Amino acid sequence: MSTTEMPSAPDFELERSAMRHLADAQMNVELDTGDMILNLGPQHPATHGTLRLVVRLDGERVIAADPVIGYMHRGYEKLTEFRTYPQITTLINRIDWLSSFANEVPFVHAAEQLMGIEAPARAQYIRTILTELSRIATFVLFLGEMGLQVGALTPAFYGFRDREHVLNLIEGATGGRFHPNFNRIGGLKDDLPWGWVSETRQVMQLVLDSCDQFEDLVVGNEIFLSRTRGIGIIPGDIGTAYGVSGSNLRASGVDWDLRRDGVPYLAYPDLDFKVWTHAAGDSFARYWVRLQETRESVRMVLQLLDGLPAGPVMAKVPRIIKVPEGEAWVETENPLGQMGYYIVSKGATGPFRVKIRSASFSNVSILPWLLRGVYVPDVVTILASLYFILGDIDR
Amino acid sequence: MGLIDKGRTPKPLTWLLNYSRKYSLWMFQWGLACCAIEMGAALASPRYDMMRLGVIPFPASPRQADLVVISGTVTDKMAPAIRRLYEQMPDPKYVISMGSCANCGGPYWDSYSVTKGVDQIIPVDIYVPGCPPRPEALLQAIVMLQAQIQNEGIGNDQLQKRWRGEPVVIDDPHTAPVVLGPKPEPTAVPVV
Repeated sequence: MSTTEMPSAPDFELERSAMRHLADAQMNVELDTGDMILNLGPQHPATHGTLRLVVRLDGERVIAADPVIGYMHRGYEKLTEFRTYPQITTLINRIDWLSSFANEVPFVHAAEQLMGIEAPARAQYIRTILTELSRIATFVLFLGEMGLQVGALTPAFYGFRDREHVLNLIEGATGGRFHPNFNRIGGLKDDLPWGWVSETRQVMQLVLDSCDQFEDLVVGNEIFLSRTRGIGIIPGDIGTAYGVSGSNLRASGVDWDLRRDGVPYLAYPDLDFKVWTHAAGDSFARYWVRLQETRESVRMVLQLLDGLPAGPVMAKVPRIIKVPEGEAWVETENPLGQMGYYIVSKGATGPFRVKIRSASFSNVSILPWLLRGVYVPDVVTILASLYFILGDIDR
Repeated sequence: MGLIDKGRTPKPLTWLLNYSRKYSLWMFQWGLACCAIEMGAALASPRYDMMRLGVIPFPASPRQADLVVISGTVTDKMAPAIRRLYEQMPDPKYVISMGSCANCGGPYWDSYSVTKGVDQIIPVDIYVPGCPPRPEALLQAIVMLQAQIQNEGIGNDQLQKRWRGEPVVIDDPHTAPVVLGPKPEPTAVPVV
């Protein structure tokens, strides 16, 4: 007699749960929409030139962003090896094309350091004035452009209007509206023209007024606030780790400005100015800090005009410039951030090697971290608020 | 447009067509480098205001544009994109090359990564010299282009082809012949 065991009761509960899971899985497969790859640029109005951004989207949310650079790579570091020092200042005007004059200053300083020349006090003051003027020209355009990127066309007109005033001044002093190429090793090409100082005072008043206008028009605007407040927050430590510098870093609460904290250069040690910071670190903070810095620059220009010393604008310099053997590193606070040149000289009329540290390259390197998890429309405001120049990224 | 296709448009009609075309140029802005800011000043600044010349600078895509302004340094990495978007524009189309870089390479004439002139990849109607040119120079270029459009005869063989969107072959002795527009069909090789 065989004993047949009854089969145990099937575990209906387990089976039902498994079926539920299967159904869920199938539903997920059916409802699943694959990630979408969105390609912004290289020709796109929101990328300020030719930055290409490959963005992976889940619905409206960015899950990964990859900046593709190199569309504006012009080979500066190689070209400098084939040019003489006076020729190089022509080239490096065009790295950050919005603030051309400020680009020349660190390079000329490095060359002067190697040659053991110091520009006269009047030249230093005029250099400082022109640097601050190009900072105003850059920031005023930003103040308008940022409005454009959140959908308001009018601030852009104001931005260009004020920029024209400042460009007129730069043209009056240097002869070049856009790329002055005014610095010489050992000083400046020319002195200021007659009547320039009083005209500058008038224009500075105009700029101050228009800063108030921007404050009314843009900063107080509810749409602008909701598009920028809390968007694209860079914490101070992460910004520092990525090498973000300039106003972008100061908007994250890091109180660091090479004009005050770095090796003293130009006439900045004589000036009384405040370094503005904002604790929030979002797009709005970056706008606000640049607005305050524009006003601060106006204050600095007025101080410089008051204290403008008399004297020559050019030191004694040999006719053919040969820089003695050596290496020099000079960094300055440019409108977009920290900019530096590392020059290696072998005693010839041109440098042996030049390394250019430009601000925008590091500022953009934070994008993959920063854009993760934001919505697509916010990508545009974040890009606009970081304010980079493609020539400054790709060089 | 049967008359235009045959190249036998009456003169007053040609005049009227060209007159209307030249004051409604939809301009596709290709801002590349420094010149883009000066182009922006010409477009958006109240001091220059290009729109009063009948130029509309905001087409949604190159497919709706009549005119492209290449402003700035053209690099070898960018060149294929320029060529591709140029080919997307409908005929007749015009090109303004703005600034030394787009004209001939400019200060980067010996750089390893810069295309020495945008005319190596697309045909250019007006060259604007300067580094960068002032906004007034761009306005002058627009005026010159408008004069050119006004004087275009539609009977001209090459222009007819541009109107019809047929391929135009530019036979430059220095370079390989450039074929613009749709590629001509390969002619049948006679079997011997």
